[in-house]
Amino acid sequence: MRKIIKDKRIVNDDWQMLMLAENETAETITVPTGAHIVPLAVWLTQKSVLSPRNDIGVWLASDERAESLKDDVASLPLIAIDFPTFADGRGYSIAYQLRARLGYKGELRAIGDVLRDQLFYMARVGFNAFATREDRSIDDALIGLTDFSEAYQTAWDRKTPLFRRVKRPSAQEIA
Amino acid sequence: MYRYDTYDHLIVQERVAQFRDQVRRRLADELSEDEFRPLRLQNGLYMQRHAYMLRVAIPYGLLSSKQLRMLAHIARKYDRNYGHFTTRQNIQYNWINLEQTPDILADLASVEMHAIQTSGNCIRNITSDQFAGVAADELLDPRPFAEILRQWSTFHPEFAYLPRKFKIAINAAAEDRAVVKAHDIGLNLVRSASGETGFQVLVGGGLGRTPIIGSVIREFLPWQHLLSYIEAIMRVYNEYGRRDNKYKARIKILVKALGVEEFTRQVEQEWLDLQDSPSTITVDEFNRVASYFEPPVYEHIADADLLLAQQRHENKGFSSWMNRNVRPHKKQGYAIVTLSLKKTGIPPGDATAEQMDIVANLADRYSFGELRVTHEQNLVLADVKQTDLFAVYTEAKAHGLATPNIGLLTDMICCPGGDFCSLANAKSIPIAGAIAERFDNLDFQHDVGDIELNISGCINACGHHHVGNIGILGVDKDGSEWYQVSIGGRQGNESAIGKIIGPSFAADQMPEVIARLLDVYVRERHEDERFIETVDRLGIEPFKAHVYATPISGQSLKAGEDAYA
Repeated sequence: MRKIIKDKRIVNDDWQMLMLAENETAETITVPTGAHIVPLAVWLTQKSVLSPRNDIGVWLASDERAESLKDDVASLPLIAIDFPTFADGRGYSIAYQLRARLGYKGELRAIGDVLRDQLFYMARVGFNAFATREDRSIDDALIGLTDFSEAYQTAWDRKTPLFRRVKRPSAQEIA
Repeated sequence: MYRYDTYDHLIVQERVAQFRDQVRRRLADELSEDEFRPLRLQNGLYMQRHAYMLRVAIPYGLLSSKQLRMLAHIARKYDRNYGHFTTRQNIQYNWINLEQTPDILADLASVEMHAIQTSGNCIRNITSDQFAGVAADELLDPRPFAEILRQWSTFHPEFAYLPRKFKIAINAAAEDRAVVKAHDIGLNLVRSASGETGFQVLVGGGLGRTPIIGSVIREFLPWQHLLSYIEAIMRVYNEYGRRDNKYKARIKILVKALGVEEFTRQVEQEWLDLQDSPSTITVDEFNRVASYFEPPVYEHIADADLLLAQQRHENKGFSSWMNRNVRPHKKQGYAIVTLSLKKTGIPPGDATAEQMDIVANLADRYSFGELRVTHEQNLVLADVKQTDLFAVYTEAKAHGLATPNIGLLTDMICCPGGDFCSLANAKSIPIAGAIAERFDNLDFQHDVGDIELNISGCINACGHHHVGNIGILGVDKDGSEWYQVSIGGRQGNESAIGKIIGPSFAADQMPEVIARLLDVYVRERHEDERFIETVDRLGIEPFKAHVYATPISGQSLKAGEDAYA
């Protein structure tokens, strides 16, 4: 079974990713039983069937918007955001929007090109789960969460900036 | 100047450790080059033609003498005894070994410096006025805000993988010396009618392939809201900026595509949620940071007019230097000195380790131990007593740092170009060199007067060619290097993009092209009219007509190419 990082621990992943194959559409695909993370389009077209289930999560592509799920954030147990490449940073703002703007409280999972050196930033904007790339050591990736112990600015993990959290010295006080 | 507290030290130390491990993993092949690239770029490490280049951040161009000595040490220990000061007030080293970069970062950290976000698609070094704090035309010292922004943007988790690089500049003076209109975000510190301090916010300026002057999206933003408002801009850009084509990925393209009005609406909408959030800057925090930028303890002394007049009378070189390299200071009895890094025969912006040590000593003895780097790639001693000017001149001259050419033809802005940079289409340093040599005569340069000549080796415009009074752009045509010439560009309050005069030229034609442009100016100028004003008055036609009137010899021309020959 695939392992993921969740809440700073390496755990078994009990979810299956559902992707649309070329000959499938959001309307026609049948979501099998068991816990599945489905594309946004599948969720939106089949919501009446899927929403009674409590084992459906939704994944967003990087060009999709958090607002598409504004009616669902209270009930969805899992939302995943895809990083097609490390360089595509839209997922960080999507995460921010889900957490800060829409108040999403469930599991927020980074999927796709997810590697150790992005994890610290991802955790800061609200991801608590990471399906790191399977060709790389997940134990190694876990270390990425602790690269830094302080941060200047606010994000999802720290609601106040450093200058409001601690007493910092002025020029007269600096050692 | 700003000093690191335990938190700044901690964050920079953790960065050194993080990067040391990233380099280790790269060398052990645990990271592929593709995976390592974005990591090293966020640390200013580029793969150049011959070696790695490391760009070190000099926040808003401000350095202590101790830091400059460390930069000299790094040049000696890890590079080839010199460094190159850049148009973003940073320094870069061209001959770096990957294996040594963690040690360089550790050395930098020991003097409160780093290379964080000096490259990559993230928020880059915040730049500002090189005369901040000492300029007479300044409303308020912009550096506390620049420092607050530096901290806010350092490792901002949401904005590290933007569509493209992102540059912010702050100006607080009547005369814009920070090129704010050519930045992704330009900030002008202003006062409202009721006397409140705040910012005029410009977005979407930039040079590069599509030069655009920034648009004002907010006339007045109270200063407390600086961080939350920029967060709103960044979020709109991060979500909606184009990512399909790197040449259309800068925020200026998004602003153009949406229109300024719609872009502004989206930013304001986003900001509604952020206004008065904890990111709002407190008076205490502003005062704390501002305490590091209090003026030094100046002596109460009179201007040294008589002494200077006598010294100028006795020494023509000193007099020329006073005319060009020394500016009035807001404090009586003091002056601002620009040390020229534009000596003919030296690549613009280069300084040797020895020169850096000399400048550090000058700063210690004559300028409260601090100095600044200008975006024109020179160094500034901001607080020199007028009675010390002659001593500074004499010592600077002995080390090739007193060329009296600030603002003149040979004070060129020039990127590293094809000699080093793997992006460049053409060399730029040899062009700068050939032009400097042709016009080395200082009397002629002083007669021509104020003129800005900017050279970029490719469309990315690191040499700011678009805003040069004369701009030179290296282009590649069928594998050979050609140079396109524009005139009429300018930086500052009246920022404008230059117009291309016609077909491009071969490298060895360039000095003659410049000579012909200057011929027209000298022939047509009205009394006290600067080159740019003559271009504004006449347009490009008379310049174009003269430049292309007769063939310019050029040995490297190949038959059938479209350069005018």
